[in-house]
Amino acid sequence: MQETISFTPFLSVSPIAEILWLIPAVPMIAAGVGALLKQPKRKAAAALAIGSMSFSLLLSLAAFVHVVAAWAHGAAVRETVNFSWIQVGTQFGGGQVDLGWVLDPLAAVMLVMVSFVGLLIFIYSVGYMAHDENFTRFFCFLSLFAGAMLGVVISNSLLLLFMCWEIVGLTSYLLIGFWYQKPAAAAAAKKAFLTTRIGDVFFLLGIVWLFAGTGTLLFYNHGAGSMEAQALTGLLAQHAALGLTATGAIALLIFAGAAGKSGQFPLHVWLPDAMEGPTPVSALIHAATMVAAGVYLVARVYPLMAAGAHLTHGGMLLSGTTTALTVVTWVGAFTAVFAALIAVAQNDIKRILAYSTVSQLGYMMAGLGMGGVAVGMFHLITHAFFKSLLFMGAGSVIHGCHEEQDVRKMGGLKSVMPFTFLTYAVGMLALCGFPLLFSGFWSKDGILEAAQHWSVAKTPFYMLVFGALLTAFYMTRQVSYVFFGRWRGHKTAHESPAVMVVPLGILAFFAIALGLIGTPAWPWFHAFLDDRAVSFDIHGFMEPGLVRLMATSAAVVFLGLGLGWMLYGSRSSQAEEPDALEKSAPMLWGWLRDRLYVDELYGVTVIAFYAWWARVADWLDRRVWGGAVAGVAWGFGLWAKLNRFLDMNWVDGSFDKSCEELGVGGGLLARIETGRVQTYLRILALAVVALVAILIWSSRA
Amino acid sequence: MTPLAGYLLVAALVFAIGLAGALTRRNAILVLIGIELMLNAANLNLIAFWRYGPHPELLTGMIFAIFSIAVAAAEAAVGLGLVISIHRHAHTTDLDATNRMKG
Amino acid sequence: MNLIFYLIAALTVAGSLAAMLLKNTVHCALALTVALAGLALLFLNLDAQFAGFAQIMVYIGAVAILVVFAILLTKGSETPKDGVFSRSWPMGLVIAAAVFAVFGWAVLQSVSWLPQATPAPTVTVEEIGNALMGRYVLPLEIVAVLLTLALIGAVIVALHEKEGAE
Repeated sequence: MQETISFTPFLSVSPIAEILWLIPAVPMIAAGVGALLKQPKRKAAAALAIGSMSFSLLLSLAAFVHVVAAWAHGAAVRETVNFSWIQVGTQFGGGQVDLGWVLDPLAAVMLVMVSFVGLLIFIYSVGYMAHDENFTRFFCFLSLFAGAMLGVVISNSLLLLFMCWEIVGLTSYLLIGFWYQKPAAAAAAKKAFLTTRIGDVFFLLGIVWLFAGTGTLLFYNHGAGSMEAQALTGLLAQHAALGLTATGAIALLIFAGAAGKSGQFPLHVWLPDAMEGPTPVSALIHAATMVAAGVYLVARVYPLMAAGAHLTHGGMLLSGTTTALTVVTWVGAFTAVFAALIAVAQNDIKRILAYSTVSQLGYMMAGLGMGGVAVGMFHLITHAFFKSLLFMGAGSVIHGCHEEQDVRKMGGLKSVMPFTFLTYAVGMLALCGFPLLFSGFWSKDGILEAAQHWSVAKTPFYMLVFGALLTAFYMTRQVSYVFFGRWRGHKTAHESPAVMVVPLGILAFFAIALGLIGTPAWPWFHAFLDDRAVSFDIHGFMEPGLVRLMATSAAVVFLGLGLGWMLYGSRSSQAEEPDALEKSAPMLWGWLRDRLYVDELYGVTVIAFYAWWARVADWLDRRVWGGAVAGVAWGFGLWAKLNRFLDMNWVDGSFDKSCEELGVGGGLLARIETGRVQTYLRILALAVVALVAILIWSSRA
Repeated sequence: MTPLAGYLLVAALVFAIGLAGALTRRNAILVLIGIELMLNAANLNLIAFWRYGPHPELLTGMIFAIFSIAVAAAEAAVGLGLVISIHRHAHTTDLDATNRMKG
Repeated sequence: MNLIFYLIAALTVAGSLAAMLLKNTVHCALALTVALAGLALLFLNLDAQFAGFAQIMVYIGAVAILVVFAILLTKGSETPKDGVFSRSWPMGLVIAAAVFAVFGWAVLQSVSWLPQATPAPTVTVEEIGNALMGRYVLPLEIVAVLLTLALIGAVIVALHEKEGAE
């Protein structure tokens, strides 16, 4: 492995692009240092994490400004820095694997979003985790996560992205199972890791196939990258199975990885269970950043996904579609409705938000599939802000209600926790897509507009509209249960401290303000990502069917809000009283509350098979291999016993026996020494006889 | 049977008798008597061979016998002295009883 | 082989048999004397007069007396309790018989090689004296030393014993 840092030779990159690697590196280093800190050093741990994140934020803002400036002046907006990492020897076919980072509009907006939301959540965690004894460990993991996520964002190589992707998965596991003494938390962490792993297997297959097909894993490399025209046309020509081209197959494989991380059906099962982790974790990872990584991945490899269809310069889908994008759309739309249905019947405040996240991720995927990179990414950015706002607000509520999480045991918190209520309401309305004022309206409308104009089918449009209705309905239900009516809990609630509430306010501001950069009158965001000029034009609203669409979505939102208010509004129910909807449709309610039995299905099929297989392997290991080893050991034992027997009886025995016999022989011989003279005389006489006889005999002849 | 053979047989007989006595009698003195008989038988052998040998004028046999007598006398004296010493120690002349040199 | 030889031989054999078989030790000593006398007569028969008379003087006159003294000094006259013969006397008898058999066989076997009869040699004392002082002077001197040693040794043995007894 030769480390030759070879920067792109003739195009000099800007200084900010050259030091871009610091953005993920500094939080990772902070995590490394934080891992060595002892438990009582809380201030140091928090300072390290927040300091490193602030540094990353500043650098991200500088990068963003730089890209905006380049875009405004019509200069090249995409800068890459690549270096070779592994050189494959010629006996294996030659070639090399490169790593690198990229700075373009997509990366810039993600950088700012991740570092900004991340910093706010870090500050929030100082207050939320103040009573936890593992404070330092928490911030170490948070820094590691932030570093890895930023690495995913700026990565220009699919391999580097995958490496950071895996670190993100690891830190997600560590943070979900932060309170590992709770069996539920440990199980949830394991579930999250394994479910995303299934997606990652397909992702890895896609990476390998891409490398084999194009010879490079870099996205952009001055025309030689895998997302650039030359490589893509080559891949389009290769045919895989089932009528797909190589591009389609690779795109679907990569989408499988994204589906795992972003909780699309059927790999969504880990996200609701991940709520076992602390609320800042849910806010950061499972609302704003990690789950968005899947969407970001699809956006990054969009040229691959859309290869064959007609794209604009920046990646907006103009006409036509590909198999991969169709699959993405359908999976996204289905997930959106599926998760929204389940969210209606949940009672845990965080679980409602978790299913809502799954549903919104489905929206984003559908938006990417039908409308292109900008449409999906805009919803991602707005969603990051209001969903993390909602989670942090829920955390504030949980903290104020003394760690209570069941909405049936809350109520009337509007007067007790006013600031939380206010910011929560902002977030809730943004999520529902309340018309005009809130960013969620504009971003969701962008997706609906794309769905309306989709050439393949109209069904996703209707599904997404139905999903919007459900979203408004269940959010109203949640807010009514929590903030309105009478207090149904046991102890009195209280407002949260400033360090937790101030970030809520900041996020609420952005939940409203971000809408401004994505309106049809001034679609700054879309133009920025698309790398085209933009200007404020009120006639943007005059597009055919746009006003009708806006009115339709507004009506749907109001319908959902009204239904929710009607059923759950100011009724102060008792904690144990069954839900209003439950009373009217108990069987349906039961299905929805039990999450449509997806987990149970997995338990019966996949997990049961795996348990059986584990039993087989265990039997094999213990009986067959273990038996063989035991057999060999027994054989050796036998051999040792035989040797011992031989040694004791033959060798020792013979030696002892011969010594014994020697003694006996000596004893026998000693009998000659009788001590009596006459015996000696007799022996003499006998000897004489013998000698004389011999003499005579020999002389006879 | 030549005269020489006769004397030799007599000498052998006396020798055997003396040996038998030396081997079987308990009393140490009687063993010494047996030994004296054996010596005398040897002397007879010597004289007989001198008498009927090729060169009697050399007197070899006679002189040998005379020396043998002298030595036997000396040996008898010393031997009997020893027997008396043993008798003083062990208060017995029984040879079966004197087996302290037993191995 | 004349009668005289047979008679003397019979006397000698009888005497030696008696010396070995009698129970009373003194009787054995006296029988020894008879045997010694017989042997002396045999020497005389063989024309070895000097040897014969030396035999009478030394053996009968000194050794036999010495044996009798020893018997008397060791209370040998009393008959022992367990009998005069040792426990394993048949074995000794067999061995002695074997010895006699071997010697007899040797003698009878080589009879043909021996001369039949030779004239009697005439031996004078002068010749014996010359032989002793001439040819056999070395053995003479050695025997003299031996006798001296024996004398001294016997005295020492008797002397030590005396001191030890006291």
